[in-house]
Amino acid sequence: MPAYRKEAVLVTVTTAPRSDVSAAKRRKRRPKAPYLLMVPSILILIVGTGYPTVWQLVTSFKEFGLKQQFGRPAAFVGLRNYVALLTDSAFWGVIGRSLAFCGAAATITLLIGLGLAVLMQQIGTFTRLTLQISLLLAWAMPVVAAMTVWTWLFDRRRGAINYLLDKIPGVDMYRFDWLASPLRFFIVALVIVVWMSVPFVAFSIYAGLSQVSEEVLEAASLDGASGMQRLRLVVLPIIRPVIAIVALLQVIWDLRVFTQITMLQDAGASGTSYDLLGTFIYKVGTGAQDFGTASAASILVLLLTVAISWWYVRRLLKEDES
Amino acid sequence: MNSRRLARLSLSVLAIVIALIWVFPVYWMANSALLPNRTLQSFIPTFLPFGGSFDNIRAVVADGSFLTALGMSLSIALIVVVVCIAFAFLAAVAISRFRFRGRKSFVIAVLLVQMLPAEALFIAQYKMMAGIGLLDSVIGVSVIYIAAVVPFTVWMLRGFVAGVPVELEEAGMIDGLSRTGAFMRITFPLLAPGLVASGVYAFLQAWNEFTVALVLLPSEARQTLPLWLRGFIQASATRETDWGQVMAASTLVAVPIIIFFMFVQGRMTAGLVGGAVKG
Repeated sequence: MPAYRKEAVLVTVTTAPRSDVSAAKRRKRRPKAPYLLMVPSILILIVGTGYPTVWQLVTSFKEFGLKQQFGRPAAFVGLRNYVALLTDSAFWGVIGRSLAFCGAAATITLLIGLGLAVLMQQIGTFTRLTLQISLLLAWAMPVVAAMTVWTWLFDRRRGAINYLLDKIPGVDMYRFDWLASPLRFFIVALVIVVWMSVPFVAFSIYAGLSQVSEEVLEAASLDGASGMQRLRLVVLPIIRPVIAIVALLQVIWDLRVFTQITMLQDAGASGTSYDLLGTFIYKVGTGAQDFGTASAASILVLLLTVAISWWYVRRLLKEDES
Repeated sequence: MNSRRLARLSLSVLAIVIALIWVFPVYWMANSALLPNRTLQSFIPTFLPFGGSFDNIRAVVADGSFLTALGMSLSIALIVVVVCIAFAFLAAVAISRFRFRGRKSFVIAVLLVQMLPAEALFIAQYKMMAGIGLLDSVIGVSVIYIAAVVPFTVWMLRGFVAGVPVELEEAGMIDGLSRTGAFMRITFPLLAPGLVASGVYAFLQAWNEFTVALVLLPSEARQTLPLWLRGFIQASATRETDWGQVMAASTLVAVPIIIFFMFVQGRMTAGLVGGAVKG
């Protein structure tokens, strides 16, 4: 980590706009052009994202339940919604499950992705292409279609997974109900999310690996470094920025696994103990029609996401400047 | 030497096994889509689609609800693609060809907005669209999608615009073109691949999106394809599911996307991860 901080400091030092002569000239001549060009994008962002965010922030401080849905004015109640949420053990359960799920999914995805990226480097062209095409197909699957297939695969009575596991001697999986307890439910969700996310990680890290120069590796092996040592001491430090970015995106994406959880709940149980943050907000908002509490929960999720994203944004800004 | 070859061989075998595991669900979807429901009812799965037919697919298409959902999805996706490319292109030109006050804030805003989860905004988006009578409408969903997709598209196009050297335009201007003329005649044609890539990206997002559609399109008659597909699973909890048809429906939704996806995959990875290694 300290290495990044050093770079981040460097970024702030070198941010002064490059004195590109033609750019400077242009700036003097038409100061309005760039602003006009941005107007459409800014407007749509204000309508689609800005206004909802502000509305949500304001509503999170109001009492906005069923009565208010039918026209009664919503009164400001200060932090009451937040206090109610943060003293509710069910909400903490949801947060705990979301963080645990996110951590587990991101970690497993990264490990498998890294492993596959290294594997792709070690094998011949034909095998590599086979693996890459198969990963691409999985990656390209629309989430909803992937969810229907996985529900079918995990089906209690005629799913292929129960059938195949049952074939293993000593394992009895006949009519095993995968969605019957929260733990099993989230293991299924974990398998699906990891399956969906690994391709992106594997391809990104593989792209990073292919930028590690041959000479450096040769020099290392001349100096007597074994394969594992080269990976750990030479390759990993070089591709660390890629891994960091991929890890961060993974964390952010795994916090918002709404579609997957909703569709698994469609196929099986759907009590609160099967909820993560997304489905929890959805149920409070649409089921109970309590927009005040739902907004407060949303704002907490937003804060969490922005806090995690901030580092990523700085990283990309740096790319923009170079 | 011999042990090295053995190691290499076992790695290749491992790679093939992993490839088979990863592709299996996709294969299983197509396989089940081709098999009659009678075959799928058996406890022993049928691993190859011998004796299969396109009956399931035909049955799904013949049902009117598929075409309605397809119509919704296509109209939304087309609006999103066209508007998004136009808006994002202009903004990308602004941030990659000009240095101006507020540029950095705009870039930061674009990057941050892209990270905001739909799951944390849909309550407000629902309220807003309900307030102006745009629930169940193509326009309402499209506006939210465009706002969600524009940031990444701006970011992706920025790279393409910056990739065309300003010197080319300047050469054109020396030869008597106006600034705009030089841009339109020299830079714009060179951007075609970028525009196609970001168009496909926008299409993929609009086609696959589930959360916002779920909230903003409550009526069954206005469902997009993802919502329509979910309907099959929802029903499966309570009654006997015709898995052949569900898989046929999933195949119909997935195949166009898989084809499109192959086109843009490289650009998308590059856009998300940026110049992380070189940095």
